[in-house]
Amino acid sequence: MKYLHLVWANLRRRRLRSLLTVLSILVAFILYGLLSATNKGFNAGVDLAGNDRLVTIHKVSLIQPLPVSYQSRIETLEGVDAVTYSNWFGGIYQDPKNFFPQMAVDPAPFLDLYPEYVLSPEELEAWKADRTGAVVGRALAEKFGWKVGDRIPIQGTIYRNQETGGLWEFNLVGLYEAGTKDADETQFLFRYDYLNEGMGGSLGVVGWYIVRIADPDQAPQIAEAIDSTFANSPAETKTTTEKAFGQAFAQQVGNTAAIIRAVLAAVFFTILLVVGNTMAQSVRERTNELAVLKAMGFSNGRVMALVLAESCLLALVGGALGLLVAAILIQPVGKALSGFLPVFYMPPKDMAIGIAIVLLLGLVTGVPPALQAMRLQVADALRRA
Amino acid sequence: MASGEALVRVQNVHKVYHRGNERIDVLRDLDVNVGKGEFLALMGPSGSGKSTLLNIIGGLDRPTEGGVEVGERRIDRLNDGQLASWRARHVGFVFQFYNLMPVLTAERNVELPLLLTNLSRAKRKKQVETALALVGLSDRAKHYPRQLSGGQEQRVGVARAIVTDPTLLLCDEPTGDLDRKSGDEILDLLEGLNQQHGKTIIMVTHDPLAAARATRVLHLDKGQLSSEAAA
Ligand SMILES: Nc1ncnc2c1ncn2[C@@H]1O[C@H](COP(=O)(O)OP(=O)(O)OP(=O)(O)O)[C@@H](O)[C@H]1O
Ligand SMILES: [Mg+2]
Repeated sequence: MKYLHLVWANLRRRRLRSLLTVLSILVAFILYGLLSATNKGFNAGVDLAGNDRLVTIHKVSLIQPLPVSYQSRIETLEGVDAVTYSNWFGGIYQDPKNFFPQMAVDPAPFLDLYPEYVLSPEELEAWKADRTGAVVGRALAEKFGWKVGDRIPIQGTIYRNQETGGLWEFNLVGLYEAGTKDADETQFLFRYDYLNEGMGGSLGVVGWYIVRIADPDQAPQIAEAIDSTFANSPAETKTTTEKAFGQAFAQQVGNTAAIIRAVLAAVFFTILLVVGNTMAQSVRERTNELAVLKAMGFSNGRVMALVLAESCLLALVGGALGLLVAAILIQPVGKALSGFLPVFYMPPKDMAIGIAIVLLLGLVTGVPPALQAMRLQVADALRRA
Repeated sequence: MASGEALVRVQNVHKVYHRGNERIDVLRDLDVNVGKGEFLALMGPSGSGKSTLLNIIGGLDRPTEGGVEVGERRIDRLNDGQLASWRARHVGFVFQFYNLMPVLTAERNVELPLLLTNLSRAKRKKQVETALALVGLSDRAKHYPRQLSGGQEQRVGVARAIVTDPTLLLCDEPTGDLDRKSGDEILDLLEGLNQQHGKTIIMVTHDPLAAARATRVLHLDKGQLSSEAAA
């Protein structure tokens, strides 16, 4: 600790250079924080997906619907605990830019299968009582300033309501909250029977089925049993765990994790060169001073530690500030992106990795000049001065 | 030979440097004793090996052959780490170009060698104040080297060298970069340290007037002692 002022004084020797180095580290770690949150956003659905949930879709593609009759047939299968369906609506609220997912569901069974969407019993009752009722995530309600009791018009694109020419009106009867940090609070859920009625009462199909199984270890067998039940029918199915389903979905957006890793690797490599160069220069400039310290009796190890402390302090100041700024920025950035990435935060694990990278950066950039300082021969260095 | 017990014994010291294929015998079978409380001036032409000898006595360099004993200690046999802590306890260096840290104030510069001790912050501060008072720079404690004159910088250099109260004070051309007046002030200081505080001092110098302040002068030529004269 008594050496801290010495380390600090050395960093202030070339203020501008130290400042620029700290700034570049800072920017790198802000980027790290935001990309980590972005990555989390893309993969939140995947992480959350419990292995006790299977998703059954049309074998050809997700867009192809499945007959409503499948529900009761899946329910009878061995090992199946509960079944419900969901149906993509794809409507527009005021402006196509206001994108959020709308799903036609069966309220009670749907919430039973998705315990991470928390709705009060009163609101569930209200929903059950109102065919045109809808329930939305709290974050979505906040974004558009909706309150329970509001009437929300949504323009159908796939589904055109026959009487109104495609405009659907919903009563907002409840707000659900995310029961876990990863749960999506931007969904708009409404009743399938309202959709069916509006379409003339003979829809007969749903988007996909969600199946809860009693024993996650049995997932492959049960998925196989479901798909073979509908083999050779006009609508064959493909059943996977929800996790695999989410991953397939995320991969459609691109292999984001890999891209993010590549970007970060490039950024940190650059930073490594920048900080490494700063440290190398700073040590080269004061060969003479280091030699004098050694003449005074500073051991090789102590001189090496001083140089390492300097590079670590440099990395720490920039890195800590960068992570801090990232943590502060994540809220507003996440809000701005909420339509696109409903989940946006830096997981504690990534924060820990970030801190580890800061220390690693300090050590890696400090070691070469520190070794050089350690090997410095006092008599030679003083002669050259 | 100096009276009293010898503090430094340099025995049959040979120092060879190799520059490419060339072999340079910088010191040849040198024997020097320096008594406790002596103020020795080392003179000689450029390249005669004065700095090399000083560095060997101060534990910054090792002889190729021969032994160096300082206060019963064979310092040529110590390893790098032992040598470093030996220097910290026993040697103070004063350099021609002062070699202060430009980023530290005068008092922080003087404090540096004390960081290697176990002294508390308060004790270090006290000792720094004493050393700065001794060189007459108490009022410049908070100044940075660039705010001081050359003579003042060198006085800070002397304060730094004596702050740990070392056995031996080694000065390599301490007045070499100073005007006559500032140089004299430094020499007054060294003389006082020798006479009033009993410090043993070895000083390399080109200046006969500086050498005249010493209690003994040695002349080095091509790595050997050429003559010895009492001041
Ligand atoms: N590391 C080294 N490698 C090769 N030669 C060296 C080395 N160090 C010193 N020398 C040579 O040894 C000789 C003596 O050097 P030294 O510095 O001891 O001389 P000096 O008497 O102090 O001279 P000056 O008065 O110019 O300071 C010189 O010729 C120098 O070039
Ligand atoms: Mg010399």
